Amino acid sequence: MAAQVLRRKTLANLSAHSSSLFSKSSFSLQRFISTLVLGEHEGGSIKAQSLSAVVAAKSLGEDNSISMLLAGSGPSVHEAASVIVADSDTFMYPLAEPCAKLVHLIQQKGGYSHIMATSSSFGKNILPRAAALLDVSPITDVIEISGPQLFVRPIYAGNAFCTVRYTGAGPCMLTIRSTSFPVPLTSANSKSDVAPISQVDLSTFGEDKVCKSKYVNHTSQDSERPDLSNARIVVTGGRALKSAENFKMIEKLAEKLGAAVGATRAAVDAGFVPNELQVGQTGKIVAPELYMAFGVSGAIQHLAGMRDSKVIVAVNKDADAPIFQVADYGLVGDLFEVIPQLLEKLPEKK
Amino acid sequence: MKIMVAIKRVVDYAVKIRVKPDKSGVETSNVKMSMNPFCEIGLEEALRIKESGLASEVIAVSMGPSQCVDTLRTGLAMGADRAIHVESSAILYPLSVAKLLKALVDVEKPGLLILGKQAIDDDCNQTGQMVAGLLNWPQGTFASKVVLDKQRDVATVEREVDGGLETLCLDLPAVITTDLRLNQPRYATLPNIMKAKSKVIKKFTPQELNVDIKSDLEVVQVTEPPKRKAGVIVSSVDDLIDKLKNEAHVI
Repeated sequence: MAAQVLRRKTLANLSAHSSSLFSKSSFSLQRFISTLVLGEHEGGSIKAQSLSAVVAAKSLGEDNSISMLLAGSGPSVHEAASVIVADSDTFMYPLAEPCAKLVHLIQQKGGYSHIMATSSSFGKNILPRAAALLDVSPITDVIEISGPQLFVRPIYAGNAFCTVRYTGAGPCMLTIRSTSFPVPLTSANSKSDVAPISQVDLSTFGEDKVCKSKYVNHTSQDSERPDLSNARIVVTGGRALKSAENFKMIEKLAEKLGAAVGATRAAVDAGFVPNELQVGQTGKIVAPELYMAFGVSGAIQHLAGMRDSKVIVAVNKDADAPIFQVADYGLVGDLFEVIPQLLEKLPEKK
Repeated sequence: MKIMVAIKRVVDYAVKIRVKPDKSGVETSNVKMSMNPFCEIGLEEALRIKESGLASEVIAVSMGPSQCVDTLRTGLAMGADRAIHVESSAILYPLSVAKLLKALVDVEKPGLLILGKQAIDDDCNQTGQMVAGLLNWPQGTFASKVVLDKQRDVATVEREVDGGLETLCLDLPAVITTDLRLNQPRYATLPNIMKAKSKVIKKFTPQELNVDIKSDLEVVQVTEPPKRKAGVIVSSVDDLIDKLKNEAHVI
């Protein structure tokens, strides 16, 4: 059911501006913009993060023809299909080598002015490789699109913003930070034109020319909690929790608030929680309505991952901890006393 | 098998950077510079592979102005056998670095090319992926574990991805980019620092490598991020809950 809603949302987003792969480019006096979005999908639905790339693509200009590329294998990719489908066992897992080669192939046929992906581990892994094949400098982790060729991206762990212009002749290739391009809620009942679906002709793909990398397996934590990347509330614990057992307090608080759980690098390094919960410069970037940090000192690298949160709460025994400089509400105290009180006194989540 | 490791000289991770008033960039003069932490991890991994008998030589490579030599000497002191400096005073964007690395790979023919996943100055996270594309080599990015199998000529790489950990098996030669938890880099000991002075650093220019470093990117300006409004210290849990509910309206 959720997958169908997501698919409808996607089609509604793409409907006004989608085109099929083989439509001819029309050159008018106005600069023609056409965008290929690399979509990530799983279990028959497009991942929410990919929709941010569509939102970003729309901001490039009024007359932008947006196509989403989905590479996969078998029924699961057809269910999620919106515009361009590349269906082959080669794409059973989103490996960078065949996916980058696919983008190269499609760009040669489609001549897009822009190629985009979300700055997820999928987009970060594939898009730069595809850019090199096209001899283009990509611009990664874009937080603002100022013009069709003008972008703003964070540097130095977000302590400075760099405005960059792409001056090349090739397609403009970028990854965008999904927290900077939030997906507006569309009503499930909105009527939408169904975007035409076209299949990529893979007969010339040449399996032998693709270098060999094989997917072996992956671990993941199935959780009923909201996804860290787009949760409304995030509760994060640092090394001060002292053990994986104690970290369960953070999880209990998150459950009470209907929140996602985050962690600092130190907490992950110490083995309290798995790596996918790490928030920071080299972990996940989050921008929830409410970010609560317990026993987090506020190192530059952690701030990089959460400084765009609307409201930041910090609880730390050390009144001089740098986290208090970014917190909207700071409580100097022992988290082992504060968390139980919060659990007792917080209203139940709506 | 040779291993080539790319290392970058960056502003030290602990430095609080300042944006220049003319918005042309970040202040880097008179600021502590260090080897990029991810590059240190890459070099450490190469050294461990060599120490386990699976590689014969570790070559450290860096591109940029003459000060790169300092970073290369640190790499040699950690244990790299020799180093290569591609000297250029021009700004080298990741695509140019990738092209230069490809040219060096064509010269040295290593079985493994290791880079840090990102540099902590530009935070690009592009170079490893791009050089892998140019070489048509498989890539194992954001690696948290690397196991080489010489017999089967493959590298099994565990990667940190959004959903957790993913394991790939790559045919060699391959490109690997390192993530934080791959290893803990060693410190260069004083005897090794002394020994490093006599190790060879070979110099190239981009022209000698036939690489055009003209860029298709232009930095227009560098600015400070918007400052957050100052916050308040609350006195109790009750006070906190009250503010979150009635002032911030987030719960």
